[in-house]
Amino acid sequence: MNSFPIIRVVSKLIIPYILLFGLYVQFHGDFGPGGGFQAGVILASALILYGLVFGLPAVQEVAPPRVIEKLIALGVLIYAGTGIATTLIGRTHDGGQVPANFLDYEALNHDVLHGFLPHGQHLGIFLVEFGVGITVTAVMTMIFYCFAGRSRLFNEKASA
Amino acid sequence: MIEYLDFHLPVLTIVVPLIAAPLCVLLGARTMAKLLSWVVCWITFGLSVWLVAKVSAVGKISYYLGGWEPPYGIEYAIDPLNAFLMTFISGMGAIVLMYSGPSLSDEVPQSKHYMFYALYLLCMTGLLGMCATGDLFNVFVFLEISSLSTYALISLGKTRRAPLAAFQYLIMGTIGATFLLIGIGLLYQMTGTLNMADIGVQLESYRTAGVVVDGVQGPPHWEGSRTMLVAFAFLTVGLCIKMAVFPLHTWLPNSYTYAPSVVTCFVAATATKVSVYAFIRIVFGIFTPTFAFELLPLDTALWSFSLVGIFVASIAAIYQTNIKRRLAYSSIAQIGYMLLGISMANQHGLTAGIVHMFNHALIKGGLFMAVGCFALRLGSVHLDDWRGAGKTMPWTSLAWATGGLGLIGVPVTCGFISKWLLLTAAMENELYPVAALMLVSSLLAVIYIWQVVEVLYFSPPSEKAKKATEAPLIMLVTTWVVVGATVVFGVWTTWSAGLAGDAARVLLGGGTP
Repeated sequence: MNSFPIIRVVSKLIIPYILLFGLYVQFHGDFGPGGGFQAGVILASALILYGLVFGLPAVQEVAPPRVIEKLIALGVLIYAGTGIATTLIGRTHDGGQVPANFLDYEALNHDVLHGFLPHGQHLGIFLVEFGVGITVTAVMTMIFYCFAGRSRLFNEKASA
Repeated sequence: MIEYLDFHLPVLTIVVPLIAAPLCVLLGARTMAKLLSWVVCWITFGLSVWLVAKVSAVGKISYYLGGWEPPYGIEYAIDPLNAFLMTFISGMGAIVLMYSGPSLSDEVPQSKHYMFYALYLLCMTGLLGMCATGDLFNVFVFLEISSLSTYALISLGKTRRAPLAAFQYLIMGTIGATFLLIGIGLLYQMTGTLNMADIGVQLESYRTAGVVVDGVQGPPHWEGSRTMLVAFAFLTVGLCIKMAVFPLHTWLPNSYTYAPSVVTCFVAATATKVSVYAFIRIVFGIFTPTFAFELLPLDTALWSFSLVGIFVASIAAIYQTNIKRRLAYSSIAQIGYMLLGISMANQHGLTAGIVHMFNHALIKGGLFMAVGCFALRLGSVHLDDWRGAGKTMPWTSLAWATGGLGLIGVPVTCGFISKWLLLTAAMENELYPVAALMLVSSLLAVIYIWQVVEVLYFSPPSEKAKKATEAPLIMLVTTWVVVGATVVFGVWTTWSAGLAGDAARVLLGGGTP
């Protein structure tokens, strides 16, 4: 598809907006509909569109498979790490410190820049959704790489 | 520190391997991943031993994820039954991982090793999670985690048939999981809750007291509703696929045969047992034995399928010349014994079913570990190539023979304990034909084990066996730890049968010990 000027131009125009929309769905997910999974799919779709139009080597230069593989793991780690962090911090209850359970976001309450930075439940959801977003983006992209990497037709076109 | 670990024990047992799995991928280096997963497996085992000790001391432990109380939030509910399972799953996981080194280098390309460790840890997370959780949907999620990682592990096998076997398992496993999900959905629609204990309470009150609609008390529904019936059907059939009960077992032989030896050791020792556990939980915890065994003929269905399965699978095992496949068929037969015990639904029967999960995990784990040693040194799992290997690999052969005795159920091995309990239960229920058939079926195990023993010790050595040397020390030691355990738990039953007895008492509605 490299030889179709309209497709190239249109997708170049559209990809930034897809990415922007993906980020909006990601970071607005804690106020309204959306969240990590949806955002991840949208972000990955931008990468996949880029790959479809400009070829596998081009998209793999932007998002190298090795990095994508690490990102898959990183997202899970952020999610589980948030849970471990809550157990380590504990929550304040009636002025005293009591242990907080795994993923008890109340532990994440803080007073730094109140009203500007998210805290408590909000921060917890924000963090785990961030983890989900990273993993889903990476997994979707990796699935695309796996299938595209197998197709002889695709590779020929990409190299042509 | 101790206080912290003690408080978060139920969740840490699952989260520790869960965090280690992505770390293995992030590290990416083979030795680092290996070191990490070794340490983590032993830590997990330590935690679950601690957990089982705590449960024995204080009774049921609840842990609310995120601090949300059940039935709204997810609860991890640990009682003697799942603590028992978690201990031997993490124990087998740790010991098989220790054993894995040389076999893994032989069968899996080095570049994929860190992936193997990550998947292995994920699989363990899934299996442990399925045990620990008290939330029905969570059971499904963990089932998927363990199944998906198992598919990937199986496809790592050496031959080109491994991916195909994994794909077969994927199809069957997905059907099973989907059935489970449909069943869960129906129950959720009916009761509005996913907490297993709460669903149990709701269904029970629906059956015995009826529901209150607009302040008017409705009549009781002794027979249950149609939704309940359909949910029950989907859940049991779905889990039967995952358990590889006889007519639904087709995915199992290929998966066990073509997976890397190490994967077979771990999966054969743990995966189907956890599905049996989920089955017990659902039948006894949610639907109650009255509904399953008195209103519905689940007991007759179970013991007939089990017996047919035991015979068909044992006879099929006799004709296999591929040893891994032979043991795979034997596994299908052994699941029959567990279900036979469960179908009795009395104290002895249930104890037998539960303790056989543990005993079979040890026996089959040990046997597959011996097979892994042979596969490494002889380069084959074919009966013909094993001829005369008893002379060049005496210790491995002896491990096979000892483990085999356990499988047959010879006294002083743990297989005897399960069979004895099962026989007692059958006699108590006056199911004399079942008892007789069970004893006859043990003779079939004698045949398929003895054939191999005979080939190992009394045949002229094959070319491969002549050149073979004894297996690496680490593999030999770990194999013998497991095989030795089958003997230890055949003599000292206080822990295994005792804990299984406690678990059975709790399931049958008795007080906590």
